[in-house]
Amino acid sequence: MSDTINEIRMQVMWNRLISVVEEQAMTLLRTAFSTSVREAGDLSAGVFDPQGRMLAQAVTGTPGHVNTMAEAVLHFMAEIPREVMFPGDTYVTNDPWKGTGHLHDITMVSPSFLDGELVGFFACTAHVVDVGGRGFGADGKSVYEEGIQIPIMKFAERGVVNRDLVRLLRANVREPNQVVGDFYSLAACNDVGHRRLVDMMREIGLSTLASLGEFIFSRTQAATLARIQALPEGRWSNELLTDGYDTPVKLAATITVDDDRVNVDFTGTDGVSRWGINVPLIYTKAYACYALKCVVAPDIPNNWASLSFFTASSPVNILNAERPAPVSLRHVIGHMVPDLVLGALAKALPGRILAEGAAALWNIHISARPVADGDGRRAEILMFNSGGMGARPTLDGLSATAFPSGVMTMPVEATEHTGPIVVWRKELRPDSGGDGEFRGGLGQILEIEALPGHEFDFSAMFDRINHPARGREGGGEGAAGVVALDDGTKLKPKGWQHVPAGRRLVLKMPGGGGYGDPARRKADARRDDTVKGYVTGTPT
Amino acid sequence: MKPEESIRLGADIGGTFTDVALECRGRLFSTKVLTNYAAPEQAILDGIAIVTHEAGISAGDLDIVIHGTTLATNALIERRGARTAFVTTEGFRDVIEMRTESRFEQYDLDLRLPTPLVPREDRFTVRGRIGASGEELLSLDETALEALGDRIAAGGYGAVAIGFLHSYLNSEHERRAREILARKIDAPISISSEVSPQMREFERFNTVCANAYVRPQMADYLARFQVRLAEMGARCPVFMIHSGGGLISVETAAEFPVRLVESGPAGGAIFAADIARRFGLDKVVSYDMGGTTAKICLIEDFAPKAARTFEVARTYRFSKGSGMPISIPVIEMIEIGAGGGSIAWVDAMGRIQTGPESAASEPGPACYQRGGERPAITDADLVLGKLDPDNFAGGAIRLSVERAASAITRDVGGQLGLSPLPAAFGICEVVDENMANAARVHAVENGKNISDNLMIAFGGAAPLHAARLCEKLGIDHCLVPPGAGVGSAIGFLKAPFGYEALASRVIRLSTFDSATVNELLRDLKASAEGFVRAGTDGMIVRDVTAFMRYVGQGWEIPVALPDRDFTDEDAGLFRDSFRKGYARFFGRAIDGLADLEIEVVTWSVKAEDERPEGARHEVTLGAGTVSPKAFREVFDAASGTLLSSAILERTTLSSGDRVVGPAVIVERETSTVVTSPFDAVMQSDGSLLLLRKGVAA
Repeated sequence: MSDTINEIRMQVMWNRLISVVEEQAMTLLRTAFSTSVREAGDLSAGVFDPQGRMLAQAVTGTPGHVNTMAEAVLHFMAEIPREVMFPGDTYVTNDPWKGTGHLHDITMVSPSFLDGELVGFFACTAHVVDVGGRGFGADGKSVYEEGIQIPIMKFAERGVVNRDLVRLLRANVREPNQVVGDFYSLAACNDVGHRRLVDMMREIGLSTLASLGEFIFSRTQAATLARIQALPEGRWSNELLTDGYDTPVKLAATITVDDDRVNVDFTGTDGVSRWGINVPLIYTKAYACYALKCVVAPDIPNNWASLSFFTASSPVNILNAERPAPVSLRHVIGHMVPDLVLGALAKALPGRILAEGAAALWNIHISARPVADGDGRRAEILMFNSGGMGARPTLDGLSATAFPSGVMTMPVEATEHTGPIVVWRKELRPDSGGDGEFRGGLGQILEIEALPGHEFDFSAMFDRINHPARGREGGGEGAAGVVALDDGTKLKPKGWQHVPAGRRLVLKMPGGGGYGDPARRKADARRDDTVKGYVTGTPT
Repeated sequence: MKPEESIRLGADIGGTFTDVALECRGRLFSTKVLTNYAAPEQAILDGIAIVTHEAGISAGDLDIVIHGTTLATNALIERRGARTAFVTTEGFRDVIEMRTESRFEQYDLDLRLPTPLVPREDRFTVRGRIGASGEELLSLDETALEALGDRIAAGGYGAVAIGFLHSYLNSEHERRAREILARKIDAPISISSEVSPQMREFERFNTVCANAYVRPQMADYLARFQVRLAEMGARCPVFMIHSGGGLISVETAAEFPVRLVESGPAGGAIFAADIARRFGLDKVVSYDMGGTTAKICLIEDFAPKAARTFEVARTYRFSKGSGMPISIPVIEMIEIGAGGGSIAWVDAMGRIQTGPESAASEPGPACYQRGGERPAITDADLVLGKLDPDNFAGGAIRLSVERAASAITRDVGGQLGLSPLPAAFGICEVVDENMANAARVHAVENGKNISDNLMIAFGGAAPLHAARLCEKLGIDHCLVPPGAGVGSAIGFLKAPFGYEALASRVIRLSTFDSATVNELLRDLKASAEGFVRAGTDGMIVRDVTAFMRYVGQGWEIPVALPDRDFTDEDAGLFRDSFRKGYARFFGRAIDGLADLEIEVVTWSVKAEDERPEGARHEVTLGAGTVSPKAFREVFDAASGTLLSSAILERTTLSSGDRVVGPAVIVERETSTVVTSPFDAVMQSDGSLLLLRKGVAA
């Protein structure tokens, strides 16, 4: 009986720990300055044991951050010796290879002390609106052009903020208030996590997290192992073409399922790009693990133990780019990794895997300014937008929904407050879902113009324009994406481009692939598609 | 006349029961009748007849009737509202369908998103555009609106909603569109700048659609109710309780029925807050379980948590983001489909599931013998011995154990190879676990630890489940107040005449202009007081709040302001109050950012009349243990067996009496189950305190 009671106690503490990190993430959402964090939730938060193993992560957040942050804490521990860790410290980096894959993501780690003993770490990551350099785009030739690099260092020591770092930062970024404000938010969210953890440990009478960690890891390990052992053993491969910057890029993956682990190898993938669309392996791995976990163990909490069963390997290539490769837009190719991995897994588990979708977010970074000699505002504006998700084996795909990313879009009303632009259209794109027994999700159409007296440049970071999402099991392709001006001028899928005053930028986002033979689609589903205008018969 | 001398009647229509409470010269009379779906007002009139008869008065003696109802909420959850046309800005037809473009559950690839309240074929767009500074970017296409008016009129819609971008800043286009459409269309038209003048289009559009969607039904109902009440001889005014826990006139309610969403539960929270104040309890979780849903609300320092936006009809394990957002001032709580009438079933994987479908009052649980054939929670409670079949709802409904058992066997036990008793146990455990999870999630979302709270349990089904829920949540104390079965209706009697007027208007402190602020606040004060003055000529207290942030942030914190006119020098006061508030919320204010601006986004004036203070009580731990005379076998979840349990009438207990669990304490509207880990102690005000054995106060 006492075992049962103890188990329940541990279970309750585990839940409690998850609520601590959830509150940590909530604090970040509520204090952040960049719309990317506060409206879109492009962030992650987690708590780690003194060995740097992730105990729990907030549900709020996005996989690309969570799974990379899970490894980042070890890098901090390697750089900052225990002797110089003090209560009230906060450490920071935006190193793409030690953090989450590009300079725009700031990762902060804070040690948590209880009565002088190090009991764990809190870590969080968020995408800030600017890091200087060439801005958020693919045009840097190396990471040195992509912005200010902050090696692992102290943002605060014993609660006192490093003013030199703040001054350096202010001098290097276009929106100093927003960026510095976000640094404070990140630090504050770790503080909140720390305070709640200490409250919890004092209340329960814990002096370390060792026994709780053991409980969490052993339970997670057993549950994940059982799922992996239920998979067929073997090797399955898949290839996928993406648009690349100017020439198509081939991605290749081979999944190997053993009785106690799953490895994904990216041999066969094209080499490192000259453009900033390269992906550090840490980010590639984050999305490969995410895809596998969605299928294999969706209900098992994400922590060190559940992630440790999934490994990634690759020779140097676009999915394992090394310093100093440019990596600013690592998300575009990185977001394709789940479709790549799931395509291989579909061969192992036929009938269970969804079709390909838009995959990469259609993020757009806008740099708006008054026309020459005019009065007006300058502003950096970031919007996250999503195309359609692939159809599922028993359900239509979700329209205009982020996958694999976990971010939200920003309200248009909030976006228009951040800078001198007008969004004239943001609505579903008819006829863009791939046909099939189950239809792919629809993409969306976005039209943006500068306010009178203004013009803008934008950084294109779009994919699936030349390589639309493929259907599965006989399902049709989703519609390809389109980037153009309202006068019909076609624009490039990647790189900085100009939109003159009075012209609208038109983005037609890709739809998801269909699933199953279109002949099997039910008549009432087809009727509903027509009534709702999801399918009009006239391609857009 | 002093409030305590007046004769006040509260009536709460729930999904299963309609509760009526009468406060008459210091005495309380109450009753429960089954909700009448065809004519909801009939149940109230029946209830009024019962309580006025008992009090020895007539309907004509009533000084005020206060009414709350879940009819609006249920119409949204069950999608039983009017066929609604939504008219919106060209280019933005799909705002309520595209939602946040995210998945509320990251790892579930078979996720389903809630379908929009107004389907795509009923959403129409019109040219015209207001910009982010409130300026007109494109004039409204009035010709197209005329044509659209004809089309909507021909389409047979029951209601129309209008929502244009940035209308919270400039409502000109929405008003003009309403004018044009109203000439063509008989159906009521709701505009987003009136229903919910807050920034963020998805939330505002969804709120105006929800208002339109429930409006015809609610307006009809309220009109009918007033007529029937007058026919009964009542001459008093009728007021409605709103989502924020205050009172508004029937006319306002008919126009803005979305403000009635969650009004019954709001009354429950007011009820619990009043008890918390009387006992001096600063951390309370209220647990209100009726026939259709369970509601959980955190009450800190005697005030229920308030919010400016909330989510109704969550569809996916109560996950945040799986329902639809409604942006109105509201008492913040979580509501799940777990009530006495919730249907139990077995899913494809052989797991017992409960709700959200409810047997409601018609046909009701199988044991009611009113045609219900599917097993409900009440059927499981009955089979487990928690209910006395001959003494339910004061003997008004005779319950059939046989019907309950056979329904459970047919839909649950048979498929799992379980006899009725363990199957009923399984059903109750599942629903109790669901409620415990919801409570934990809600506490977590608010940064609280659920077990730190004392529970106040009310609503017809809550006292049956409260002790087990406390076991699951690690809560040691639970109060079951007198009148627990009709708690919300009693709460209505405690509610102030109150109204919160809100407006989004961004004002930076660097360009603080006191004239603008004073004018805006004067308008809000007039608006809020206007609503309140419709119901009282007593003293009015006002709370003025600015929702502020650093420029660039997206989430505002509430900052309390003095209720007076401001001068330009007051910018400093705003700044200091904000920085203090910010440090309190988030640990430290931001320094090192000399030029970081501060702004007010939304302004709020809440006006309320002053309520009399209630009597104070101390918690009693009890002296003498009561020796029960009657016993019955009741299933005890903690020990997993049937235990011989004491059966006592609540009315026979005196202050300080301690009843050792397991026991069932019976009253007219409900029964309190004292599980084996708990004892119950009668309090001086008639509340029952469930106290975990071995725990001090």
